[in-house]
Amino acid sequence: MSFDIGIRHRAGDFALDVSLSLKGPVSALFGPSGAGKTTLLNLLAGLARPREGRIVIDGEPWCDTAADIFVPPHRRRIGYVFQDARLFPHLSVRRNLNYGRWLARGRGKTVTLDEVTALLGLEPLLARRPGALSGGEQQRVAIGRALLTNPRLILMDEPLSALDAARRAEILPFIERLRDRFAIPIVYVSHAIDEVERIADEIVSLEGGRVTGVRRGLRAGK
Amino acid sequence: MSFTPDETTAIWLSLRIAVVATLISLPPAVLAAHALARREFWGKSLFNALIHLPLVLPPVVTGYLLLLGFGRRGPFGEFFDACCGIVFSFRWTGAALAAGIMAFPLVVRAIRLSIEAVDPKLEAAASTLGASPVTVFATVTLPLALPGVLAGAILGFAKALGEFGATITFVSNIPGETRTIATAIYTNTQTPSGDAAAMRLTIVAVVIATGALLLSELCARSVSRKAMDL
Repeated sequence: MSFDIGIRHRAGDFALDVSLSLKGPVSALFGPSGAGKTTLLNLLAGLARPREGRIVIDGEPWCDTAADIFVPPHRRRIGYVFQDARLFPHLSVRRNLNYGRWLARGRGKTVTLDEVTALLGLEPLLARRPGALSGGEQQRVAIGRALLTNPRLILMDEPLSALDAARRAEILPFIERLRDRFAIPIVYVSHAIDEVERIADEIVSLEGGRVTGVRRGLRAGK
Repeated sequence: MSFTPDETTAIWLSLRIAVVATLISLPPAVLAAHALARREFWGKSLFNALIHLPLVLPPVVTGYLLLLGFGRRGPFGEFFDACCGIVFSFRWTGAALAAGIMAFPLVVRAIRLSIEAVDPKLEAAASTLGASPVTVFATVTLPLALPGVLAGAILGFAKALGEFGATITFVSNIPGETRTIATAIYTNTQTPSGDAAAMRLTIVAVVIATGALLLSELCARSVSRKAMDL
């Protein structure tokens, strides 16, 4: 994966002005809350439009305000794991998992429902409703749901921050397995350094809407 | 309690008019409610005001405007007659149109509130999963707003059933064609011997309206129970 990002964005009082490239395969956006990590992730997902700038992934422009190019989120083939799982409350876990898979049908299936349920331990949850799941279970379903759309890229916005330490320790191995097993690039947002150091190949530090540092080659020797 | 044939006709006609009015106004009401709840566009305030106009105008004004627009000589009246052979003036179809328009603001309001109550974050999540705006609406927004849509439909039905002013202005009070429960009660109150008939129809009106409200409550409850996974 290669991401070339150069954007200036404004949301209320907050200004985001970044220019960076991400090489992956697992890139972390790291910084304190209010640094602009989630805003940047939403711009990558197409959930927000920058005031000006370009976002190019593997040579394909997703957004270029000068050329009036904007690819809407549903055409970007991303999997987005939100901080608050955002499962559909009116659908069972199985239907939540199948939601994106059904929309992505015909896209050369590489990931199957069985594989994902096995990887994330979702088998016992399939018939249940999201409202009846614990926070950690919901987040595992959300990861599975994103994975099943066969995304070219997975975006994760503090997927562990709403969980307690025990749940966090329970989910992190799943994310590592996902990284190692499916080789899908991940952009991972977090304010917890131990988390990002454990899973990321490169860490981009953000503060006050600006890039303050980039560290690469973190897992090269592992 | 037994009804004269004229009363039975008025009751069935009222039900038919109210059902047709509800079914016709529901799809545009859902679209209008969604536009008001989720979209920003030029002239939104004006659009909102126009939708609510039947609620605040004297019904006789709405009826008169319908007469001008959808009467036999009106531009829309001529159009529908020419294109699909639908005549509104002095027909039950006109009564359904009047009832539908009078109910429209109430239906839009109920649906709009329920759409606004749907978390936009879920819609954003659906779009990242590959759902186009139309798919998001059909698979996430609408199912989650369903209790409000049902409640709005039943409210609209009750309102359509009781519509009087616009109906009598637009399509008059013709027995067997446009004489509904409401206009039949009015006629009976104007007739020296009509008290008993007026009372019978009044009871029918109360029973149907109460039934509709109970049904709406029941629908809303069963849907929300399903959503809560009991």
